[in-house]
Amino acid sequence: MNTTLARPKLHRGKSLNRGSSLWRKVLEQKYLYLMILPALIWVIIFAYGPMFGLYMAFINYSPGGGSFFSQFFHSEFIGADWFKYFLDNGDFYLVMRNTLAQSLLTLLFGFPAPIILALLINEISRNTVKKVFQTVSYLPHFISWVIAANIIITMLSSDGLINNILMFFGFVNEPVRFLQIGPYFWWIIALSNTWKEMGFGAILYLAAISSINPELYEAARVDGANRVRLMFHITLPALIPTIVVMAILSIGGILNAGFDQQYLLQNDTVLQYSDVIDTYTYRYGLQNSMFSYGAAVGLFKSVVSFILVVTVNSIARRTNGQSLF
Amino acid sequence: MKTRSIGESVFLLAVYAILGFVFFITLYPFWNILVLSVNNASDTMRGGIYFWPREWDFSSFRQILSDSEILNAIKVTLARTIIGTPLTLIVICLLSYPLSKKDLVGGRPITLLFIFTMYFSGGLIPYYMILKSVNLIDSFWVYILPGLMNVFHMILVRTFMQQLPGELEESAKIDGANDLQIFYKVILPLCLPVLATIGMFTAIGHWNAWFDSYVFTYKPSLKTLQAVLVKILNQYQTSNMVSDAQKIADSAKKMAVSSDSIRMAATVVSTLPIILVYPFLQKYFVKGMTLGAVKS
Repeated sequence: MNTTLARPKLHRGKSLNRGSSLWRKVLEQKYLYLMILPALIWVIIFAYGPMFGLYMAFINYSPGGGSFFSQFFHSEFIGADWFKYFLDNGDFYLVMRNTLAQSLLTLLFGFPAPIILALLINEISRNTVKKVFQTVSYLPHFISWVIAANIIITMLSSDGLINNILMFFGFVNEPVRFLQIGPYFWWIIALSNTWKEMGFGAILYLAAISSINPELYEAARVDGANRVRLMFHITLPALIPTIVVMAILSIGGILNAGFDQQYLLQNDTVLQYSDVIDTYTYRYGLQNSMFSYGAAVGLFKSVVSFILVVTVNSIARRTNGQSLF
Repeated sequence: MKTRSIGESVFLLAVYAILGFVFFITLYPFWNILVLSVNNASDTMRGGIYFWPREWDFSSFRQILSDSEILNAIKVTLARTIIGTPLTLIVICLLSYPLSKKDLVGGRPITLLFIFTMYFSGGLIPYYMILKSVNLIDSFWVYILPGLMNVFHMILVRTFMQQLPGELEESAKIDGANDLQIFYKVILPLCLPVLATIGMFTAIGHWNAWFDSYVFTYKPSLKTLQAVLVKILNQYQTSNMVSDAQKIADSAKKMAVSSDSIRMAATVVSTLPIILVYPFLQKYFVKGMTLGAVKS
C-alpha cells in the first residue's frame, strides 16, 4: 500500500496486473461457471423473459403470426391506457377491496394462530403426545388447495357437518348456503387458510422456543412464577424477533391474497366478493383473451408489491436491525 | 412427582382442551371425506354419516380406478414427480455450489440476479406468452422446465454449503481434484439432509400441482390428477346449483349423487400418497424449516 502511494506511476501497471489475475481466476473457475449455466438459462427465459414481456401492457397486443417479441413492433403503442382503464372502471375498487379484505382477515386469524399453537404445544410435557400432535397439525399444509377446497365444500354444504351442528343446536332453522352468500366468502377464505397453514407456521415458532435458554425458566420458577407467567414473561418475549420477521413478510405480501383458494371456492353468485387481483388477471387476461389488459393489471400488482416489500424491509432495518435482504 | 397447584391443573386442562379441539378440526374433515367415500352414494343423501359408514360401498373407487382419464392422470402426475424432482435438485445444486464460494468472480451480481426474481415477476400473462413462444404450451415439459429452479430452495442449499468446513475442499484440492470433482464427491454427499428436505417439498409440489396443467395444457392426455379433480369439482358445483333449482328432476339429482361420491373417492385417492409418505419425511422438513429460520 505504501509503495502505491509513493510511486503512483506504478498504479497502472499494477491494476493491469490485477486485471489479468482476475482473468486467470475466472479461467480457474471455469467449471463453476459451467455449473451456473443451466440455472442462468432458466432465469433468463422463465423469470426475465416475462419481465421484458411486460412491455405488452403498454401496447395493444394482438397475438398474430410471428413470435411473442416480434409482435411488439406490429402492435400499437398506447402508453398507460390499460392502467387508466383498470383504475377508472369500477373493477379496480371491487378487486382491491376484496384483495385487501381477504388478506387482512387472513392475517387477523392466520398470524396469531401459529404463535398461540406453538405456545400451547410447548406446554405439553409428554414427548409422544407432542409428536403426534405436531404431525397431525402439519398435515393440511401438504395437501393441495384442490383437495382442501373439496373438503371445505363438503363441510359447508347444506347437508355438511357445520350445517348439521348449527341445526342441531337450533341456531338456524334451515341449512345456510355458506358458499353462495357473498360477504361470507371473505371469512371462509380467512378461516380455511388458517386451518390449512397454522400447524406448519408453528414450526418456526417452536424452533425459536427450543433455542431459549432453560436457565431462564429455572430462575423464574425459583422466583415463584407459575406456568402462565413463564409463558407470558419468558417464552412470548423470546419469540418477538421471529414474530417481527414474519410480520414483515406478511405485510410485504398483502396483495398476494392468493389464487387457488379463491378460484376453487368461488362461483358466479359470490364473484363480487371473491374476485382478487390474481383471479381477475386470469379471467380477463387468459379466459377473455384481453392479453394486454391482463398484463397491465399484473404489472400494477407486481410494482405495488415490490414497493411494499422494499419499504417494509427498510423500515424494519431502521427500527430494530432486522431485515430480510 | 411434583405436586401441581389447582391453578396449574386448570391451566393444563385448558391447554389440552384447546389442543384437542384443534386436533379434531384438523383431522376430522379428512376422516369425514374417507367415511363418505366408502358409504353408499344414495344412502349418503339421507344424511347422518359422521364417524362411520352406514352402508359400505366401494363402487365409486371401482369406478374411478377403471376410469381411463383418471388412470392416465395418475400416470402423468407420477411421471412429472419422478422426472421433475431429481432434475430440479440437480439444477439447484449446480447453482448453489458456485454461489456458496466467497471468491467466485461475479458471485454477488449473479446471486442478486436470482434473488431479484423472488420479489418481482412479470405476472401470469407475459409468463404464458413466454411459455407459448418456447413451445411449452400443451407439452409435458411445461411441468418440468419452468420448475427447474426455486430461488428460495437454492438459498437454503447455498447456506448449508457455506456452513460446511472449508478444510474438506482444501484437502481435496491438494489431492488434485477440480471443482466438479469436489462438488460431486465431497460436497454433495454432505448435503443429503438439506437435499432430502427440498426434494420432498419439490416432489409434493409436483404431486399437488394443478394450475399449470389446468391452464397451460389442453390435451386430455396431459392432465394431471389434481387438474382432473378440479374438473370434477367444477362439475359438482354446477350440478349442485342445477339440482337446487329443480329439485324435482330426479335424473339430475341422481347424477349429482354419483358425481358427489366420485368427487369424494377422487379426493381420497389423490390425498392418500401424501398422507402415507409424509410422516416418514417429517423429521427432514422440520430440520429444513429450522435451517431457513436460522438464515433469516
